[in-house]
Amino acid sequence: MRRLPRTPAGIAGIVLVTLMVILAIIGPPIWGAGAERIDSTVILQGASAAHPLGTDNLGRDILARVLVAGRLSLTLALLATLIGAAAGVVLGALPSVLPRRAARLVTGTVNALVAFPGLLLAMFTAVVTGLGARGAVLGIGVAIAPGFARLTQTLAASVAGADYVSAARMLGVSRRRIMTSHVLPNIAEPLILNLTQALGGALLGLAGMSFLGLGVQPPSFDWGRLLFDGLGRIYVTPAVALGPAVAVAFAGIGFNLLGDALAHAASRPAVTAGKDVPRAVPGSVEPGLDEPEPDAVLEVRDLTVTFPGGVTPVRGLSLSIAPGEIVGLVGESGSGKSLTALAIGGLVPHPGRVNAGRLRLCGTDLGELPEQERRRLLGTSLAMVFQDPMSSLNPALKVGGQLAEVATVHQGASRTEARTRAVDRLEHVHIPEPDRRARQHPHELSGGMRQRAVIAMGLMGTPRLIIADEPTTALDVTVQRQILRLLREVTDETGAATLFISHDIAVVGELCHRVVVMYAGRVVEELPVGELASGAAHPYTRALIASLPDMDTDRSLPLASIPGRQPSPAEVGGGCAFADRCELATDRCAERPPLIPYGKAHLVACWEAS
Amino acid sequence: MIIKNLTVRFGTFTAVDDVTLEIPAGAIVGLVGESGSGKSTLARAVTGLVPYTGGIVGGDPRRIQMVFQDPYASLDPRMTVGTSVAEGLQGLRLPRAARQAEVERLLSLVSLPASLAGRYPRELSGGQRQRVAIARALGARPELLVADEITSALDVSVQGAVLNLVRSLREELGLSMLFISHNLAVVRYVSDVVAVMHQGRLVEIGPTEEVVGSPTDDYTRSLLEAIPRLGRT
Ligand SMILES: Nc1ncnc2c1ncn2[C@@H]1O[C@H](COP(=O)(O)OP(=O)(O)O)[C@@H](O)[C@H]1O
Ligand code: SF4
Ligand SMILES: [Mg+2]
Repeated sequence: MRRLPRTPAGIAGIVLVTLMVILAIIGPPIWGAGAERIDSTVILQGASAAHPLGTDNLGRDILARVLVAGRLSLTLALLATLIGAAAGVVLGALPSVLPRRAARLVTGTVNALVAFPGLLLAMFTAVVTGLGARGAVLGIGVAIAPGFARLTQTLAASVAGADYVSAARMLGVSRRRIMTSHVLPNIAEPLILNLTQALGGALLGLAGMSFLGLGVQPPSFDWGRLLFDGLGRIYVTPAVALGPAVAVAFAGIGFNLLGDALAHAASRPAVTAGKDVPRAVPGSVEPGLDEPEPDAVLEVRDLTVTFPGGVTPVRGLSLSIAPGEIVGLVGESGSGKSLTALAIGGLVPHPGRVNAGRLRLCGTDLGELPEQERRRLLGTSLAMVFQDPMSSLNPALKVGGQLAEVATVHQGASRTEARTRAVDRLEHVHIPEPDRRARQHPHELSGGMRQRAVIAMGLMGTPRLIIADEPTTALDVTVQRQILRLLREVTDETGAATLFISHDIAVVGELCHRVVVMYAGRVVEELPVGELASGAAHPYTRALIASLPDMDTDRSLPLASIPGRQPSPAEVGGGCAFADRCELATDRCAERPPLIPYGKAHLVACWEAS
Repeated sequence: MIIKNLTVRFGTFTAVDDVTLEIPAGAIVGLVGESGSGKSTLARAVTGLVPYTGGIVGGDPRRIQMVFQDPYASLDPRMTVGTSVAEGLQGLRLPRAARQAEVERLLSLVSLPASLAGRYPRELSGGQRQRVAIARALGARPELLVADEITSALDVSVQGAVLNLVRSLREELGLSMLFISHNLAVVRYVSDVVAVMHQGRLVEIGPTEEVVGSPTDDYTRSLLEAIPRLGRT
């Protein structure tokens, strides 16, 4: 179990539950005698200094009785929950191992029971099994079970669809074994979380049963019973009923809060933080790179993206793109490509922090603009295309309307103008029957066509910069080809600068003019596309190219491969990040190599490259 | 082993349409096609995970194993690597010590150290996980191994190593394989025979060099055309 979040609710839950457990342990030994002491001189008194919550009809101190009743109340609730959970899990798991018809019967029964009011079910069971603690516990258990059964069924169904269960089936593992070794362990955590919350519910339910006279019978007493005894006097001496009521409420709330907090903690992915926190050192711009480039559409210097906990996915990245130029950004997943794109677009999610020595779009420094104007500039001059076109399209709106909105919002066009332009743009990206498509919803378009629509959306204005992050990764090769062609066409005709991000160096090699290779958050090489195939200088770039089979690869030779893996953004140390995978590494590589010129229009960060 | 007239229908939609494909012993047959062309459905039918009509002749259908595309979903996160691999040994009923030795042997077949047996999948990289999945499938002594896009979810830097492994398994164990990928360059590199699938049907089958070098089908030609190539502008 992971650490609990330090939210006020979580802390309150922990405190309340801890108090209740302590009370259950120490209550009876300390106050037990006081709770049983009969004193006919103080019968049915209200609150007083000697008896803060008053006394009952035998003159027993009600405060002591409330404190003592904690143990029985909690124990019964725990029993009821365990009975309910055990029955529920068995019921929920049965359909996965029973033959079809029996399984359907069980599922149907569970569904009917879930729809049945819990308290009625509990009362019915209690009446049938006999009044008293046992009946109440069974009753509440029965009331809890259908919920657990439903939860188990839902969770089990999702695990049953997992590839590892398919693999086990294929290997001939029996259904019962699949249940016990794959399904149950993987649904245990949510079930246990639910147990905590169910405990709170059981506590309230049991109190309710006792209160109705169906639960604990004298001389035993739990909170519900005390409440039942005190209620008749509530108008005369409210304290006698308030004491047990408050105890029940606190315990119930405590378990619910704790359950919530546990559930939150479990759904949070654990972030592993690095030991040494590397900082973006100001002025670490490499020599030869710091003159401003007046012609560049996009100019990024020393861009760093940091997340709390020493996670630094982008480290001092510099990049510039000229008008009409397509720059490819390649690297394996996790190298920081997407975050670079998001940082340029001002879209890095909270709590990420972006620092840049310089971030200029069309000559305007984005860092110095007020928020409002920065948005306007980005809104009119930046077009972004993501891997999943649906992240840019609203599934509820018609395609044409979404495109038109760009024109009415950013360019102040009238509705008819905007609409005409939308159809024109859809036609421009080679969508057949643009007029009809404009009236359709995104889901009616194929994946390739949606990606075209997103590009058309970027073309509603006159984009100066186009950022495309893995725009063809989810598409088939033939469709990919068409989208790449479209991107080139659009760049040529608008004169925009294009940043094309991909993990596939072959795609980048085909589309781009210049290639920037990223590894563990840094640029390790930048080179003209013509040199990619045979002129790459960085060992990582070379290995990437050698490990990629193409249509001319010699089939009689093994492919090159790179041992090990890329360090995570929290693990990157002070030296060359590629060192432990690099064949050429020497002692010197413990120091980080600077990104320096290597021939014409070619930069490389490697000690062994010269 | 021959897949004969295999058809899979989902309602009125025919996902795999009368496919006949021979997988010669010890050969790797590559299957290419676009997403939705029916490759994975064919794989799941062959391994008995979806119902089909038609048949599989010349081999024991129960001795077909599959390795899945996503190495992050195909291993139980709560099971150690050793336990996962041992699942493949179900049928052998080995005593404990022999089972452990067999797990180690399988791990070494896929070039993983025996020490990995006690680890959990979350501690492994994508490439290592995919090796574990292959080891698990090999444990069942398959007559045919179906590999469905096993390198698609991997980074390029580890894809090469997994492809090398696939080829060495064929050479060392004489394993027959149905190797499925949307990437024709990858299929070309590992396969002896290439089959091209389009809208549920096989449109072309032949020795790799012939299909790639002189395709006869229009669809195959358009696939070849579309492959991105380094340094082609
Ligand atoms: N919101 C976030 N919080 C913490 N780390 C993140 C967040 N988003 C991304 N990262 C980390 O930053 C690294 C780079 O991510 P990304 O830019 O998506 O890489 P790429 O696009 O090259 O695959 C990854 O290791 C990822 O885990
Ligand atoms: S600096 Fe050293 S470790 Fe890094 S790539 Fe160059 S040779 Fe390899
Ligand atoms: Mg990405």
